Amino acid sequence: MKPIIQVKDVHFRYSGEEHLPPVLNGASLEIEEGSFVVILGHNGSGKSTLAKHLNGILIPNEGCVLVDGMDTRDASKLLDIRRTVGMVFQNPDNQMVASVVEDDVAFAPENLGIPPKEIRSRVDEALKLVDMYEYRLHAPHLLSGGQKQRVAIAGVIAMRPRCIVLDEPTAMLDPAGRQEVIGTIKRLCRENGITIVLITHHMNEAVDADKVFVMSNGRVISQGTPKEVFSNVEFLKSEGLTVPDTAELLYKLRLSGIDLPAEALSIEECAQAIAAALK
Amino acid sequence: MPIIKTEALTHIYSMGSPFESVALENVNIEISQGEFVGLIGHTGSGKSTFVQHLNGLLLPTSGRVLLDGTDINSSKKFRHDARFKVGLVFQYPEYQLFEDTVYRDISFGPRNMKLPKPEIDERVHEAAGFVGVPETLFDKSPLELSGGQKRRVAIAGVIAMRPDILVLDEPTAGLDPEGCESILKNISDYRRTTGATVILVSHSMEDIAKIADRLIVFDGGRTVMDACPEKVFSQADKLRSIGLDVPVATDIAARLRELGVSVPECCYTVEQLRNAVLSLKKGAAEC
Repeated sequence: MKPIIQVKDVHFRYSGEEHLPPVLNGASLEIEEGSFVVILGHNGSGKSTLAKHLNGILIPNEGCVLVDGMDTRDASKLLDIRRTVGMVFQNPDNQMVASVVEDDVAFAPENLGIPPKEIRSRVDEALKLVDMYEYRLHAPHLLSGGQKQRVAIAGVIAMRPRCIVLDEPTAMLDPAGRQEVIGTIKRLCRENGITIVLITHHMNEAVDADKVFVMSNGRVISQGTPKEVFSNVEFLKSEGLTVPDTAELLYKLRLSGIDLPAEALSIEECAQAIAAALK
Repeated sequence: MPIIKTEALTHIYSMGSPFESVALENVNIEISQGEFVGLIGHTGSGKSTFVQHLNGLLLPTSGRVLLDGTDINSSKKFRHDARFKVGLVFQYPEYQLFEDTVYRDISFGPRNMKLPKPEIDERVHEAAGFVGVPETLFDKSPLELSGGQKRRVAIAGVIAMRPDILVLDEPTAGLDPEGCESILKNISDYRRTTGATVILVSHSMEDIAKIADRLIVFDGGRTVMDACPEKVFSQADKLRSIGLDVPVATDIAARLRELGVSVPECCYTVEQLRNAVLSLKKGAAEC
C-alpha cells in the first residue's frame, strides 16, 4: 500500500533556540494509508514536534514531509494538506471554540466554506462516529474529559480527513475516558479506513497498533510491529521507556529462568504462555 | 487520634442556582499520621473537591474537616495554619510557576511563612534535593526548563513548606514512564524521610498499585470503597462499573486462575505476580 505520509530526513530547531541541539535531527518515517500507528518516546524526544510537521503546522528546516505526495513546504498545498491530515491535542479544553457541541464540530467545515446542508450531514455523521450524537446540543464545558476529547475528534472528522494525528489525547483522562477515546480511534481506523497516528506514553495503548515507531533525540531509533518493538525490553528501558505490563512480566520471568516467549502482548496470550510454561 | 478526619463532609456547588450539583455527600474519612493513601475515582467523582477541603480552599456546605482534632474552619487562624500543614500540589502544577528564577519559585512558600533567611535557604536546598532539581538550575528561569523539570520545581515549592500532609493531584500525568517512576520514588522517599502523610490522587491504577498502602474510591461524591489495594483490586467488576479499572497484572492473574494456575488473589503488581509464578514453579504457592 502507498504511504499517506512520508517524513524524509527532517531537521528542525525552534527559532530562538539556535544554541540548543536540534529538536528533530534526521527524523524519517513512512506511514501507510489506513494503518494504526503509534509513536513512542521519552519527554523531549521530538514526538510532538514531529506531529506538528505532519500537517504543516511546522515546516522542516532541512529534509521534507510529503502528505499524499504534497510537500508541506509548498504553501499553495497547505489547505489540501490540512484537509488530509487532522490533529487532536492533549488538552480538550484548549480545543473547544463554541458553546454548543454541534457548533464546535461544525467550526472546521464552516471555515472550509462547505454548504450549510452538507455541514449538517457531516456534523451528524461525525458525532455518530464518536458516539456523541445524543450530546449534540450540550455545552462542551459540562462534558467529561473523555467526552470532550471525542467531540474534538468529531470536529476533525467533520473535515473528512484521511489521517488523524493525536498527540497524547488520553493524558488527562480517567480510565473510562481513556478507553472511550482509544476505542473510538481504533474503530475509525478499522471500520472507516482512517489512518491513525497516536502519540502516547501509555504502552498498553500501543499493543494493537499495526506499527510502532520509537523516537529519541529527534530521530526514529526503532520501528516494527508491537511484538517486535516490545520484545526488546532492555533497549526500550535504556531509552527511558517501559513496555506494556504483559511484556514486563514475561521479561522478568525470563530473567528468572522460565522459558517464555517475548512477544505475548495481550492479556490472553500472556496468561496462556505462563500457564503453558508451568505445565 | 487521626491527623485528618472528615465528619459528614458535604459540598454543593452553586447552591440554589439551576446549576446546583452535589460534589460531596456525607464523606467520613479518617487518615492516620504517616499513611500513604491513594484516592481514585472517575472524572467528576469528587476527589479534587475533597482534597481542596483539606486545607480550607473550599468550605464545607455542611460537615467538618478536622486536622489533629481541630476544626480548620472554626477560626481564621486555624484555616491559615491548615494552608501550611497541608501542602497541595495541583494537577499540572508547572502552569503555576511564576517567579523569575527556580530558587525564588521554590522559596515562595517559606518566604510567605515569614521564616528567617537561612532557614528559607536550607529548605529550598532540601526540597530541591527531594525532587532531584540540581542547584545548577537555581538561577534559571522556570520557563527554560523541560516539562518534567518544571513539575519537579513546582512540587519542591510545596515540599519547602515541610507540610505534615502532602496531597498530590495527578503528579505524573503527561510524563514519560521514566519521569513517572522517578517522581513516585521521590514522593516515597520524602514520606520515608519525614514521616509525612501522603495523599495521592491518580487515574493510573498501576501507579497507585505500586505505591499506596490504602485506597479510597470515590463515586458520585461518596466513598464507595476504603481498603488495602488487594481488597479493592479484587473487585474488578465493581471498579469497572464506576468507570475505573484494575492494573493489568490483576487481569493477567485473574485469567491465570481461570486457566487453572493458582496464583493468589492478592497479586496486583507485576512484581508480585512474578514472585507468585516463580514460587509456583518451585512448587510452593505463597504470595
